[in-house]
Formats: sequence, structure tokens, C-alpha cells
Amino acid sequence: MHYAQIVQYSLSGITVGSIYAIVAIGFNIIYNTTGIINFAQGGFVVFGAMTAISLSRFVPLPVAIVLAVLLTTCLGGLVELVFIRRCRDASILRLIVITIGVSILLQEAMLHIWDEKVRSLAYFTGTAISTVTILGAHFSPQVLWVLGVSAVVVAALAVFFRFTLTGRAMRACADDRMAARLCGVSDRRMVTFSFMLSAGIGALAGCVISPVTQTQYDMGPPLAIKGFTVAVLGGLGNSTAAVVAGLLLGLLEAFTVSQFQVAYKEVVSILVLLLVLVFRPNGLFGGREIGALRAS
Amino acid sequence: MILLRRYAVVLVGAVAVVLLQVVLSAWGATYYMTQITMSAYYSLVVIGLCLLMGYAGQVSLGHAGFFAIGGYTSAVLTTFNLIAFRGVPWVDGCRSLGLLVARQDLYGANLLTVSPLLAFLAAILLTSLLAFLIGLPILRLKGHYLAMATLGFGLIVYRLALGTAVLGQADGISNVPPLRIFEGLEVTGRQPFRVQNYYIAWAAVMAAMILGINLVHSRAGRALRSIHQNEEAAHSLGVNTYRYKLSTFVLSAAFAAVGGALLTHYNGSIGPSEITVMKSVRYLAICAVGGMANLGGALLMGILLNFLSLRGVFGTYDDAVFGGILIAVMLLSPQGLLRMPDWREARSFLCRRSHG
Repeated sequence: MHYAQIVQYSLSGITVGSIYAIVAIGFNIIYNTTGIINFAQGGFVVFGAMTAISLSRFVPLPVAIVLAVLLTTCLGGLVELVFIRRCRDASILRLIVITIGVSILLQEAMLHIWDEKVRSLAYFTGTAISTVTILGAHFSPQVLWVLGVSAVVVAALAVFFRFTLTGRAMRACADDRMAARLCGVSDRRMVTFSFMLSAGIGALAGCVISPVTQTQYDMGPPLAIKGFTVAVLGGLGNSTAAVVAGLLLGLLEAFTVSQFQVAYKEVVSILVLLLVLVFRPNGLFGGREIGALRAS
Repeated sequence: MILLRRYAVVLVGAVAVVLLQVVLSAWGATYYMTQITMSAYYSLVVIGLCLLMGYAGQVSLGHAGFFAIGGYTSAVLTTFNLIAFRGVPWVDGCRSLGLLVARQDLYGANLLTVSPLLAFLAAILLTSLLAFLIGLPILRLKGHYLAMATLGFGLIVYRLALGTAVLGQADGISNVPPLRIFEGLEVTGRQPFRVQNYYIAWAAVMAAMILGINLVHSRAGRALRSIHQNEEAAHSLGVNTYRYKLSTFVLSAAFAAVGGALLTHYNGSIGPSEITVMKSVRYLAICAVGGMANLGGALLMGILLNFLSLRGVFGTYDDAVFGGILIAVMLLSPQGLLRMPDWREARSFLCRRSHG
């Protein structure tokens, strides 16, 4: 393989991988506070992008994105209030099946609100044909936007969880719900908040990636399973490791595409999921302690 | 008497099936039978899934994958033309044994393919073998890990079918020949065979029901329920939980393969739309609404919902209906809507009341 080709594939891998990482972090935020794998996570990403695409016809792009993120945040909160809060003492499996149902309803709602057409948001800077050249590889400036926004989201979340009161309260809930309640943390509110937060960052990820990969109503479930793969690869609940795992999976997929048919791309990443589930259920980096601590 | 009660579902079902046929024929509405036949094949998957989820307590989001493996195996074997290999000793040998059959396609070209009956058996064996190999590692997982792993399996099958040339890619495989059981009895969608196929499908369903009921009331069935209630406790009592889970998984996959292969011969084709995640979720939803541990309920709902869906009653809201059903059942009545009320529990509840 040519040198410039390697750079090209790596960059496209890192771009997609950083989106997987953000979806995985969305999984982790909810998993940490509730123990649920929220299947509708992929749906939030698509919903965010779709809303922004529609709004951008009436308002400037940045405003449309902000509004879309806010709307999706509300949607996340709504999903929790309507579906999850009602069955607090239900088994985890039941809750997961409910989130599967939610993801289908969301997908079908999007099909009826919009349609089955492939859409995409306008490029943030430049157009579809403007390129940046690094190390002999050409790529769209949108790639820089994706990487930049992902980095900012990860950093902002780290700051949020470490230094703000709400963030600390959420971590307390993740660690020991009973103890957190005894300290006066409203754990219900934290659960709702975690759904809103992960819906919000999912929507943001959907908006920045939309110009590159485009958006269609049924992209949610595949994205969700990639995100889950990344979350498990890094160890469920461990967001720092999820970033590394996301980039790894993105690179793996990019180089798979270079060697095999595009149709097999997903096969490879799901095989990774199955292998990790069977051989290293605590993740590549996680010893048993990390899995047990569920540190955020 | 106990036996009568145990198999009541099958008896009532059989009577209902015959009555329905008589009514539909008298009414001149035999075209409904086509969708009922298809629903019956889909219900085979639901019956298997009911055994796996309701009794063994293991979730599967990949059963459309097994359905498709069965269907695709049968379709590939009965359409892959071996005419170029004529004269090769083992091909001729197979042909003289009746394992290969020669026929002509629509345009008069000569075809030499595996006999449908053999292909059908191969489909069941291959699916069971794959289910065994996949279940071996996967069934050690629990909860959401198992759900995701089975979902991943289904997606892999879907992607492979979409990407592989032999499997017809996005077009799937068509021109699958009828499955002739013996002269005059064949699984095919052609109009003169409509009533006959209605009964073939129901015979398969009733056989699966009887197998299922026998399993539930056997030592294995009791072991399965103990696993569902408390796996650790069952394990400590000496139940080989892993082996029971695995064999139920293989059995339910085999049921799905039978449904898939027969439906493929009935429709004459199969395509990747049979393997989507939505199909697997649909089976799950039907199983849930029928009452997880209720074979009769699962069968009833399997026929009813599939029939309505195939008739296009739900229109563009088809998938949304099943998603909605799934949520509604899980939120309001996780034991399923059609679960038989547990009289012993009810009586003890009432007695406690009267003593208090």
C-alpha cells in the first residue's frame, strides 16, 4: 500500500472512529447511572442530524445545530420520563427490550416525519470539493471539524464529571446509588439527566458527521451496535478507554474496506464484538477491578 | 385426562384449522390461506423462540439469522446448477442415488441440482450445527451481553447475504423449485396446491407444538424453568445449566430453519429482507405479547400478527406497530398478555385474604 494511501485510510478511520467513541460515551453515561444499555442511542444521533438538516433551511447553520442538540436533549429526557422511569424495579433485560422498542419507534417516527431519502448537512467550512492536504493525503476540512468537536466533547465531559457538582453527583450515583441518595443526591433526576446528556452529545456527533457520511433514517441500529462494540472493547463504563477503542475500531474498519468489499465492513467490526464478548468481557484495557468499579 | 389437558392447545388448534379451511373454502376466500400458510411458517420461529426465552430464559435477537440460514441453504442447494460437472464420477454417482435431480428452467435450459428433500435436510442440519457452534461461546454470556451478541450474529448473517454473490446479494435467490415430499404432495405456492400447502404448514406447526409441549413437561423442561427462575440455584442442584441452554438454543434454531426452508420453497424465493434486525425484533415482540412461557399464546399471536402484517393492515406503520407492541408489553405486562393465569397462586392469594 502506498504511503499516502495509508495516511488517507488512517484519517478516514480516525474520523469515523471518533464518532463511534462519542456514541460509546453516550452508552457509558447511561450505563453508569442505570446499568441499562440504551439501544436508542443510535436513534438520537440520527434524530439530531435530521433535525439540524431541516432547521438549517430556516436559520443559520450554527443556530440550527444548537437547536437540534437542544431538541434531542429534550427527547432524551422525554424517553426516560415516559418509558424508563415507569418501571424502576424491572429487570435490566426488560429495560433493554424497552429501549429496543424505543429505537424502533424513533426510527419509524423519523421515517414518517422525514422520508427514506439520504440527506446531509451543509459543510461547516468550504464545500464538498474543498480539500486540505496533509502528508500527501487529501481530505475534506469537515474531518478536522469532526476530530475537533470530538476532542472538545471528550475534554468537556471529563471536566464536567470531575469538577462540577452535577457531574460529581452523577458519578456518585454510578458508584453507589443508595449512598448517593443518603447524601441528598436525587438519583431519579440524575438518571433523567444522564439520558439528556447522552442524547445531546449523540445529536452533536450526528451533526458534525452528517456532511461526511450523510444521514438516513435507518442508520441508528448499526451505529448503536458499533458504539456498543466500542464501549465493550474499552470496558463498559470506561469513557477514556472508549476513545482509544473507538479509534481502534475506526482504523480497523477503514483498512478492512481497503482490503475487502464494503459489504463486509460491518462483519469485521461485529466479529470483533463477538470475540471481545467471549474472550475479554471486561474490555481490552480493563482488568476485573475496572469493570467492578465502573469508574466514569 | 392430564394428557388431554396438556395437548388441549394442539387439539383445539387442529379443529380450528380444519374449520377455518372449510369456512374459507365455502366462502370462496381461499386466497387468505396463502398468508395463513406463510404466517404458520413464521410461527415456527416464534415457537422455538418461546422455548428459548420463555422457558430457558435466554434472549435472542438473532433468530431471523437462523431462519435465513435454513432458507438460503435450501435455496442455494436447489438452484446451484451442477450441469457443468456432469460426467464427474461422484456427481453421476449422486445422481443415480437420487440425490441430484435434473429439470429444466423457464427458458428450457437444463439444470442439475441437489434434490429439494435432501437440501431441506441439509438446511436443518447446517443450521443446527451453526447454532451449536455459535451457542457454545455465546450462551456463557448473560443479560445485555447475550442480547448484543445474538444481535451481532444476526447482523453478520445479513451482511454476508448482502455481500456474497452465491447468495444473490441484494436480490436474494429466486426460482427455488417446489419441495416434493412424494408424488402429488409438494410445498409450492402454485394455486392448485393452496389448500394442500395450508395443511402441510399446519402439520409442521402442530408437530413443533407437540415437540415443544413434550419438552416443557419433561425432565428437561423442569430443568429449563429452574434455570429461568434462578440459574445459580439450578446449577447448585446439579442441573447442567449450560448444556440445557445450549440444546434449547439449537432446537429453537432448528425450528427456525424448518420454517425458513419451507417458506423459501413455498414462496419460491428468499431475500435479505428476511434477515433484518427488525425481523428478529418482530419475533421477539410476538413471543412477548403471546406470553413468554406460553406456547399456545405464542402460536396464536404468531399467526394473527403475521397474518395482519402480511395482509398489509398496518400499512406503513408495520414496524412501528411491532415496536409499540414490544414497549407496551414490557411496560405494562412483562409476563405477556395471554399468559394463563396461575390458579394456584390466585387461590393462595385469595385464601390469605380470607384468613386475614
